[in-house]
Amino acid sequence: MSVAQPIPAPAKVDNYLTHDRGFMSWAFTLDHKRIGLLYMGGVLTAFLLGGTFAVLIRTFLLTPHAWMFKDKVQAHLFYNNMFSLHGAVMVFMFIIPAVPAVLGNFVLPLMLGAKDVAFPRLNLLSLYCWFGGAIFFSYVLLGGVFHAAFGVQWPGGWGLDTGWTFYTPYSTNYASGTVPATLGAFILGFSSILTGVNFVATIHTLRARGMAWFRMPLFVWALYATSLIQILATPVLAITLLLITAERTLNVGIFDPHIGGDPVLFQHFFWFYSHPAVYIMILPAMGVISELISVHSRKHIFGYNFIALSSVALALLGFIVWGHHMFVSGQSNLANTIFSILTFSVAIPSAVKVFNWLGTLYKGSIRFTTPMLYAMGFILLFTIGGLTGLFLGALMVDIPLHDTYFVIAHFHYVAMGSMLFAFLGGMYHWFPKMFGKMYHERTGQIAAIIIFIGFNITFLPQFVAGTKGAPRRWAEYPEQYQKYHVMSTCGAYMMTTGLLIVAFNWLHGLMRGRPAPDNPWGGNSLEWHCPSPPPHDNFAVPPVADDPYNMGGWEYDKTIGGWVPRSHEISPSETAAAGRTRPVSH
Amino acid sequence: MSSASQTDLPLAAPHGDHAHGDHAHGDHDPHLAHHFDTPEQQMTSAKLGMWVFLGTEVLMFGGLFCAYSINRHNHPEVFAFAAESYLNVFWGTLNTLILISSSLTMAWGVRAAQLNQKRLLVVCLILTLLGAAGFMVIKSIEYTAKWDEHVWVGKWNQYNADYKGSEPEAPGPALNAPPTPVMTPAASPATPSDANAGQDVSMIKPRYGGPSGLAAPTAHPNESIRESSLNERVRVERYRSLSDSEQWHVSAFFSCYFLMTGLHGLHVLIGMGVITWLLIRAIKGEFSAEYFTPVDLVGLYWHLVDIIWIFLYPLLYLIH
Repeated sequence: MSVAQPIPAPAKVDNYLTHDRGFMSWAFTLDHKRIGLLYMGGVLTAFLLGGTFAVLIRTFLLTPHAWMFKDKVQAHLFYNNMFSLHGAVMVFMFIIPAVPAVLGNFVLPLMLGAKDVAFPRLNLLSLYCWFGGAIFFSYVLLGGVFHAAFGVQWPGGWGLDTGWTFYTPYSTNYASGTVPATLGAFILGFSSILTGVNFVATIHTLRARGMAWFRMPLFVWALYATSLIQILATPVLAITLLLITAERTLNVGIFDPHIGGDPVLFQHFFWFYSHPAVYIMILPAMGVISELISVHSRKHIFGYNFIALSSVALALLGFIVWGHHMFVSGQSNLANTIFSILTFSVAIPSAVKVFNWLGTLYKGSIRFTTPMLYAMGFILLFTIGGLTGLFLGALMVDIPLHDTYFVIAHFHYVAMGSMLFAFLGGMYHWFPKMFGKMYHERTGQIAAIIIFIGFNITFLPQFVAGTKGAPRRWAEYPEQYQKYHVMSTCGAYMMTTGLLIVAFNWLHGLMRGRPAPDNPWGGNSLEWHCPSPPPHDNFAVPPVADDPYNMGGWEYDKTIGGWVPRSHEISPSETAAAGRTRPVSH
Repeated sequence: MSSASQTDLPLAAPHGDHAHGDHAHGDHDPHLAHHFDTPEQQMTSAKLGMWVFLGTEVLMFGGLFCAYSINRHNHPEVFAFAAESYLNVFWGTLNTLILISSSLTMAWGVRAAQLNQKRLLVVCLILTLLGAAGFMVIKSIEYTAKWDEHVWVGKWNQYNADYKGSEPEAPGPALNAPPTPVMTPAASPATPSDANAGQDVSMIKPRYGGPSGLAAPTAHPNESIRESSLNERVRVERYRSLSDSEQWHVSAFFSCYFLMTGLHGLHVLIGMGVITWLLIRAIKGEFSAEYFTPVDLVGLYWHLVDIIWIFLYPLLYLIH
């Protein structure tokens, strides 16, 4: 902690990192900040794992005929396992929990001016649910490794080759590893549900004085909308996965046509969750972007109400468009048409957000900090991802594009180009608050640019390959697609390099970074009103909230490299208008 | 910039007069967690959280209700046949009454807690627990009957294409009258082509020829039950009157039945656990008019368990 000149630093400032010591104080912590950090450890490990699978897939696909293996059966088994595990690990263990459980857990109570989430023990339980699910996935993964290496077959799994979607009847009748993988996803789902329950209760009951609904930071709105989806959609996935398990172990015949079930019913159930789930992925990311854009262009967010309500609109619309994943499943034409039309309505709130972000940037004093670079990357990539989504939502266009690389590219533009960029941007944005250290700015910027370029090299060619008909999930492919695959693979390596730089940058910042000021960016939401890193109880005095985007009350202080309240020449009433914490006497 | 004078945060704060830490409960309500300001706020949060959680429960059961509706819509005769033939309305009705009564005693218990009537609370909780136990006993009687009739879930269901025949008596034809040739020429066709030859609707069946195959139930399962009562005959007649494709789906009804009542039963068991926990705390006298949140929350949960049953009961037992 650096200190303004005249006042010597307090001998030992208590913060949440130093509040208690020892393994138990972390393993059984009820502090939302520590739980957020623990989640971060888990989620980043999952990302490393899923990323490794992705790089292996890209390497595998360098040539049309599986150059990595002599034995074709082995090659195909390997490939099927890699893309299934990549998908399942990334979706269930990384993308869905990343922003809500890491950034949300850490920042939400701070933004609300609360001491913790409403149910700290439930929060810890949700963390352990995550680890419980992770154990099941590890079982599947290790089962695959052991099967490949020693020919050992564990009960229930030698890897997972259903794809992350667990489509029936393949998953119920033939594939391996379905039972442990679905149980793992089931438990991870509970982690997600509990986080959602917790956040809803927290946002309803623990807002600081002065924080009306329409004075909440937009990240909070986004988390609220996300929580609604988590609560309403995830239970359906839970029962679906249970039914798959029951199908495999008891032959109940709900999905299995062999005993009279309906496999398309599975697709309906699955997408009833998994389409809203893509909003679980993207909504909190959008919330992060709203914060980043406003703070780093030093301008009040444009169209606050529209951004806030478009989050809720997206959450609700997300529930009525699942059928657009099933245009070729034998769904009736009427249903197809209705789902297609509804899908287009999703474009409205998405575009509302994009235009409002652009409106915020317009005439702002934009600083190209690392978080801002990610935010701008997000806007571009999300626009591409969103617009190509409309191609896929259009009935006639979807038929040829279905199950091609076009879908892969679209999904990665949204899930990776948007969600991952927002996660990285958010991590950089709140890094000083989390650890009380600054990262090295220039390195961060370079990494952001490398990742951005690498990302586009990876996935733009896949749009082209997809329109030329390259099918997804094929271990071997016609030679005419090789050039796109080679480009993709090069881009993937570039992205990997960029991500390694990010990892280095964070570690370096953690160990060697200069002490962070309390408010390094000049934001005015409540988390910038408490010290970096925050004390155990967040706020010494319950803060009073005002407009989180009115940043006029702060001025830059060169001596500490951060922003301090413009305390001297402004009258008390104006100070209040700038939304600063005031001590409350009672 | 920890110097709080600049951010208007009083320096003395972290462990000052306002200590909210874990250690400063002296003058507080012992049940008030450190991050809440007032007991009311805490109670509101807890109740909201519980309601939201109950919402997730409804959606989870919703998946099963949806599967039931679709199956039923596709094969109404099957559901009518299976429900009428195998479900015992008496036990179902009795269970409904028991569960509703236990909901009453639970609600009464919440009121007793609110009014500081500690002995009444204990009595109500015991009655609720007894109701729950009674429900489970009756459920297990019903499940046992299903097991004896070979209409359990999945491969333990004689109507299932994957039926394994858990008892020696199962391949009935040998023990009883020869199989009627209504639907199939033989209970165990030698080859698929034989099966094809004798069947009117051969498009889907041949895969399942053989004693445990789909064709088999038409021939044996009902006749295999030794004490062939009038009911049994009616059942066999009705079964034979179903079309081929409908005969496939009989086991789907039992899948729905067992999954729905099974998941519900699991909730009852969890409820019994939680009510026992409440009972222990109530006997210790931990609840009062000031602090009864857990009683309230468990009450909500118990009513949900009740209300799910109130939907399950007519869907499974009554409508045919």
